[in-house]
Amino acid sequence: MRLFTRELACQELVELVTAYFDGSLSRSDRRRFRAHIKECDHCTAYLEQMRLVIEATGRLTEDDLEPDAREDLLAAFRGWKESR
Amino acid sequence: MTEDHELVQRLREGDEGAFAELIDTYGATMIRVAQMYVRDRASAEEVVQETWLAVLKGIDRFEERSSLKTWLFRILTNRAKTRGERDGRTVPFSSLAGPSEEAEPAVDPDRFLGPDSPHPGAWAAPPRAWPQEEVLGRETLGVIEMAIEQLPEAQREVIRLRDIEGWGPMEVAEALEITDGNQRVLLHRARSKVRAAVEAYLDPEIARTG
Repeated sequence: MRLFTRELACQELVELVTAYFDGSLSRSDRRRFRAHIKECDHCTAYLEQMRLVIEATGRLTEDDLEPDAREDLLAAFRGWKESR
Repeated sequence: MTEDHELVQRLREGDEGAFAELIDTYGATMIRVAQMYVRDRASAEEVVQETWLAVLKGIDRFEERSSLKTWLFRILTNRAKTRGERDGRTVPFSSLAGPSEEAEPAVDPDRFLGPDSPHPGAWAAPPRAWPQEEVLGRETLGVIEMAIEQLPEAQREVIRLRDIEGWGPMEVAEALEITDGNQRVLLHRARSKVRAAVEAYLDPEIARTG
Protein backbone atom coordinates (compact mmCIF):
# COMPACT_ATOMS: atom_id res chain seq x y z
CA MET A 1 0.00 0.00 0.00
CA ARG A 2 1.27 3.43 -0.85
CA LEU A 3 0.91 6.02 1.85
CA PHE A 4 -0.66 9.26 0.81
CA THR A 5 1.88 12.07 0.92
CA ARG A 6 0.76 15.66 0.89
CA GLU A 7 2.10 17.87 -1.88
CA LEU A 8 4.68 20.51 -0.99
CA ALA A 9 3.63 24.14 -1.11
CA CYS A 10 6.02 26.58 -2.81
CA GLN A 11 6.64 28.23 0.55
CA GLU A 12 7.78 24.87 1.97
CA LEU A 13 9.90 24.01 -1.03
CA VAL A 14 12.11 27.10 -0.72
CA GLU A 15 13.15 25.92 2.76
CA LEU A 16 14.36 22.56 1.39
CA VAL A 17 16.59 23.83 -1.41
CA THR A 18 19.90 23.63 0.48
CA ALA A 19 19.16 20.13 1.76
CA TYR A 20 18.13 19.13 -1.77
CA PHE A 21 21.44 20.38 -3.21
CA ASP A 22 23.39 18.63 -0.44
CA GLY A 23 21.53 15.38 -1.13
CA SER A 24 20.37 15.19 2.47
CA LEU A 25 16.60 15.05 1.96
CA SER A 26 14.80 11.84 2.87
CA ARG A 27 13.69 9.76 -0.10
CA SER A 28 10.08 10.76 0.27
CA ASP A 29 10.93 14.47 0.59
CA ARG A 30 13.16 14.26 -2.45
CA ARG A 31 10.34 12.65 -4.41
CA ARG A 32 7.89 15.37 -3.33
CA PHE A 33 10.47 18.05 -4.13
CA ARG A 34 11.03 16.75 -7.66
CA ALA A 35 7.32 16.23 -8.30
CA HIS A 36 6.67 19.85 -7.33
CA ILE A 37 9.51 21.26 -9.46
CA LYS A 38 8.23 19.35 -12.49
CA GLU A 39 4.87 21.08 -12.27
CA CYS A 40 5.87 24.53 -11.02
CA ASP A 41 7.66 27.06 -13.25
CA HIS A 42 8.03 29.56 -10.42
CA CYS A 43 9.86 27.14 -8.15
CA THR A 44 11.95 26.01 -11.12
CA ALA A 45 12.95 29.67 -11.56
CA TYR A 46 13.70 29.93 -7.83
CA LEU A 47 15.86 26.82 -7.85
CA GLU A 48 17.75 28.13 -10.87
CA GLN A 49 18.26 31.49 -9.13
CA MET A 50 19.83 29.66 -6.19
CA ARG A 51 22.07 27.65 -8.54
CA LEU A 52 23.26 30.84 -10.22
CA VAL A 53 23.87 32.60 -6.90
CA ILE A 54 25.97 29.65 -5.70
CA GLU A 55 27.93 29.67 -8.95
CA ALA A 56 28.49 33.43 -8.74
CA THR A 57 29.58 33.18 -5.09
CA GLY A 58 32.14 30.58 -6.17
CA ARG A 59 33.75 33.20 -8.38
CA LEU A 60 34.59 35.51 -5.49
CA THR A 61 38.25 35.41 -4.59
CA GLU A 62 39.52 33.75 -1.45
CA ASP A 63 41.48 35.83 1.06
CA ASP A 64 45.26 35.79 0.87
CA LEU A 65 47.46 35.47 3.89
CA GLU A 66 48.88 38.90 4.78
CA PRO A 67 52.62 39.21 4.11
CA ASP A 68 53.51 39.94 7.78
CA ALA A 69 51.57 36.93 9.05
CA ARG A 70 53.15 34.80 6.30
CA GLU A 71 56.67 35.89 7.29
CA ASP A 72 55.97 35.15 10.98
CA LEU A 73 54.83 31.63 10.10
CA LEU A 74 57.85 30.98 7.87
CA ALA A 75 60.12 32.18 10.71
CA ALA A 76 58.36 29.79 13.09
CA PHE A 77 58.94 26.98 10.59
CA ARG A 78 62.66 27.74 10.39
CA GLY A 79 62.87 27.82 14.19
CA TRP A 80 61.18 24.41 14.38
CA LYS A 81 63.51 22.99 11.73
CA GLU A 82 66.66 24.17 13.54
CA SER A 83 65.45 22.84 16.88
CA ARG A 84 64.86 19.30 15.58
CA MET B 1 47.36 21.57 -4.83
CA THR B 2 49.87 18.83 -4.08
CA GLU B 3 48.59 15.53 -2.63
CA ASP B 4 48.37 15.27 1.16
CA HIS B 5 50.70 12.31 1.39
CA GLU B 6 53.46 14.06 -0.52
CA LEU B 7 53.10 17.24 1.56
CA VAL B 8 53.29 15.23 4.78
CA GLN B 9 56.48 13.50 3.58
CA ARG B 10 58.07 16.79 2.60
CA LEU B 11 57.13 18.44 5.90
CA ARG B 12 58.80 15.55 7.73
CA GLU B 13 61.92 16.27 5.73
CA GLY B 14 61.74 19.95 6.74
CA ASP B 15 60.89 21.21 3.25
CA GLU B 16 60.00 24.91 3.53
CA GLY B 17 58.30 24.90 0.11
CA ALA B 18 55.74 22.37 1.34
CA PHE B 19 55.11 24.48 4.42
CA ALA B 20 54.71 27.63 2.29
CA GLU B 21 52.21 25.84 0.04
CA LEU B 22 50.14 24.84 3.06
CA ILE B 23 50.07 28.27 4.68
CA ASP B 24 49.22 29.88 1.34
CA THR B 25 46.31 27.46 0.96
CA TYR B 26 44.92 27.50 4.50
CA GLY B 27 46.59 30.35 6.39
CA ALA B 28 44.08 33.14 5.72
CA THR B 29 41.13 30.82 6.38
CA MET B 30 42.72 29.62 9.62
CA ILE B 31 43.12 33.18 10.91
CA ARG B 32 39.50 33.95 10.04
CA VAL B 33 38.18 30.78 11.69
CA ALA B 34 40.31 31.38 14.81
CA GLN B 35 39.04 34.94 14.98
CA MET B 36 35.49 33.69 15.51
CA TYR B 37 36.50 32.22 18.83
CA VAL B 38 39.11 34.59 20.24
CA ARG B 39 39.14 38.26 21.26
CA ASP B 40 41.05 39.90 18.43
CA ARG B 41 43.19 39.41 15.37
CA ALA B 42 46.49 39.31 17.29
CA SER B 43 45.19 36.42 19.43
CA ALA B 44 43.96 34.68 16.28
CA GLU B 45 47.40 34.93 14.68
CA GLU B 46 48.97 33.53 17.86
CA VAL B 47 46.56 30.59 17.85
CA VAL B 48 47.37 29.91 14.19
CA GLN B 49 51.08 30.01 14.95
CA GLU B 50 50.64 27.60 17.91
CA THR B 51 48.58 25.33 15.66
CA TRP B 52 51.32 25.08 13.05
CA LEU B 53 53.92 24.35 15.71
CA ALA B 54 51.67 21.59 17.07
CA VAL B 55 51.26 20.25 13.53
CA LEU B 56 55.01 20.23 12.91
CA LYS B 57 55.71 18.58 16.26
CA GLY B 58 53.06 15.94 15.56
CA ILE B 59 53.83 15.37 11.88
CA ASP B 60 55.95 12.25 12.48
CA ARG B 61 53.06 10.67 14.36
CA PHE B 62 50.31 11.80 11.92
CA GLU B 63 48.82 8.59 10.55
CA GLU B 64 46.87 10.18 7.69
CA ARG B 65 43.58 8.60 8.73
CA SER B 66 41.93 11.97 8.19
CA SER B 67 42.91 14.53 5.58
CA LEU B 68 45.67 16.96 6.49
CA LYS B 69 43.12 19.79 6.26
CA THR B 70 40.71 18.14 8.69
CA TRP B 71 43.52 17.43 11.15
CA LEU B 72 44.81 20.99 10.85
CA PHE B 73 41.44 22.62 11.49
CA ARG B 74 40.60 20.25 14.33
CA ILE B 75 43.75 21.35 16.16
CA LEU B 76 43.04 24.98 15.30
CA THR B 77 39.43 24.98 16.51
CA ASN B 78 40.32 23.21 19.76
CA ARG B 79 43.04 25.72 20.53
CA ALA B 80 40.97 28.73 19.50
CA LYS B 81 38.05 27.57 21.66
CA THR B 82 40.27 27.07 24.71
CA ARG B 83 41.85 30.47 24.18
CA GLY B 84 38.45 32.14 23.68
CA GLU B 85 37.00 30.60 26.83
CA ARG B 86 40.00 31.81 28.80
CA ASP B 87 39.45 35.31 27.43
CA GLY B 88 35.72 35.14 28.17
CA ARG B 89 34.65 35.47 24.54
CA THR B 90 31.20 34.14 23.54
CA VAL B 91 31.39 31.63 20.76
CA PRO B 92 29.29 32.50 17.69
CA PHE B 93 27.83 29.00 17.48
CA SER B 94 26.69 28.83 21.11
CA SER B 95 23.19 30.11 20.26
CA LEU B 96 22.68 27.35 17.69
CA ALA B 97 21.46 24.58 19.92
CA GLY B 98 19.03 26.54 22.07
CA PRO B 99 15.28 26.95 21.58
CA SER B 100 15.89 30.72 21.35
CA GLU B 101 16.79 30.06 17.73
CA GLU B 102 14.56 32.35 15.69
CA ALA B 103 12.81 31.25 12.53
CA GLU B 104 14.27 33.03 9.53
CA PRO B 105 12.18 32.31 6.42
CA ALA B 106 14.21 31.96 3.21
CA VAL B 107 11.70 34.15 1.36
CA ASP B 108 9.49 36.92 2.73
CA PRO B 109 6.13 35.26 3.68
CA ASP B 110 4.27 38.09 1.92
CA ARG B 111 5.53 36.73 -1.40
CA PHE B 112 3.17 33.74 -0.96
CA LEU B 113 -0.63 33.39 -0.91
CA GLY B 114 -2.17 33.37 2.56
CA PRO B 115 -4.06 30.57 4.36
CA ASP B 116 -7.46 31.85 3.13
CA SER B 117 -6.57 31.56 -0.54
CA PRO B 118 -7.41 28.44 -2.60
CA HIS B 119 -3.64 27.69 -2.81
CA PRO B 120 -2.04 28.63 0.48
CA GLY B 121 1.74 28.89 0.27
CA ALA B 122 1.84 29.23 -3.54
CA TRP B 123 3.79 32.12 -5.05
CA ALA B 124 1.91 35.44 -5.13
CA ALA B 125 4.95 37.42 -6.31
CA PRO B 126 6.99 34.75 -8.13
CA PRO B 127 10.71 35.02 -8.91
CA ARG B 128 11.90 35.80 -12.44
CA ALA B 129 14.03 33.47 -14.56
CA TRP B 130 17.45 35.16 -14.49
CA PRO B 131 19.75 35.19 -17.50
CA GLN B 132 23.07 33.74 -16.38
CA GLU B 133 25.14 36.73 -17.53
CA GLU B 134 23.13 39.09 -15.30
CA VAL B 135 24.01 37.09 -12.22
CA LEU B 136 27.64 36.41 -13.11
CA GLY B 137 28.35 40.03 -14.08
CA ARG B 138 30.84 42.09 -12.10
CA GLU B 139 28.20 44.37 -10.54
CA THR B 140 26.19 41.43 -9.22
CA LEU B 141 29.33 39.83 -7.80
CA GLY B 142 29.86 43.09 -5.88
CA VAL B 143 26.30 42.84 -4.52
CA ILE B 144 26.96 39.25 -3.42
CA GLU B 145 30.23 40.18 -1.74
CA MET B 146 28.53 42.97 0.20
CA ALA B 147 25.60 40.73 1.21
CA ILE B 148 28.06 38.15 2.59
CA GLU B 149 29.89 40.86 4.57
CA GLN B 150 26.62 41.80 6.26
CA LEU B 151 25.69 38.27 7.37
CA PRO B 152 25.90 37.22 11.03
CA GLU B 153 29.35 35.81 11.79
CA ALA B 154 28.53 32.07 11.80
CA GLN B 155 26.49 32.26 8.58
CA ARG B 156 29.21 34.31 6.93
CA GLU B 157 31.93 31.82 7.75
CA VAL B 158 29.89 28.81 6.61
CA ILE B 159 29.00 30.34 3.23
CA ARG B 160 32.62 31.37 2.73
CA LEU B 161 33.89 27.88 3.41
CA ARG B 162 31.19 26.09 1.42
CA ASP B 163 30.62 28.38 -1.55
CA ILE B 164 33.77 30.49 -1.93
CA GLU B 165 36.37 27.94 -0.85
CA GLY B 166 34.40 24.91 -2.01
CA TRP B 167 34.57 22.76 1.14
CA GLY B 168 32.18 19.82 1.58
CA PRO B 169 29.47 19.73 4.27
CA MET B 170 31.37 17.28 6.49
CA GLU B 171 34.60 19.26 6.24
CA VAL B 172 32.83 22.38 7.45
CA ALA B 173 31.02 20.55 10.26
CA GLU B 174 34.27 18.96 11.46
CA ALA B 175 36.39 22.11 11.21
CA LEU B 176 33.91 24.25 13.12
CA GLU B 177 32.87 21.42 15.47
CA ILE B 178 29.17 21.81 14.69
CA THR B 179 26.71 19.20 13.43
CA ASP B 180 26.05 18.57 9.76
CA GLY B 181 22.49 19.83 10.33
CA ASN B 182 23.73 23.05 11.91
CA GLN B 183 26.11 23.87 9.11
CA ARG B 184 23.26 23.31 6.64
CA VAL B 185 20.87 25.63 8.53
CA LEU B 186 23.56 28.32 8.57
CA LEU B 187 24.34 27.83 4.89
CA HIS B 188 20.65 27.86 3.98
CA ARG B 189 20.07 31.16 5.75
CA ALA B 190 23.19 32.67 4.27
CA ARG B 191 22.40 31.61 0.70
CA SER B 192 18.76 32.68 1.01
CA LYS B 193 19.81 36.17 2.14
CA VAL B 194 22.37 36.46 -0.63
CA ARG B 195 19.74 35.45 -3.20
CA ALA B 196 17.33 38.03 -1.75
CA ALA B 197 20.04 40.72 -2.04
CA VAL B 198 20.67 39.80 -5.68
CA GLU B 199 16.93 39.91 -6.38
CA ALA B 200 16.61 43.31 -4.68
CA TYR B 201 19.33 44.49 -7.06
CA LEU B 202 18.15 42.82 -10.31
CA ASP B 203 14.37 42.87 -9.76
CA PRO B 204 13.64 45.65 -7.24
CA GLU B 205 9.95 45.81 -8.17
CA ILE B 206 9.44 42.07 -7.49
CA ALA B 207 11.48 42.10 -4.29
CA ARG B 208 9.45 45.04 -3.00
CA THR B 209 6.17 43.12 -3.25
CA GLY B 210 7.23 41.28 -0.12
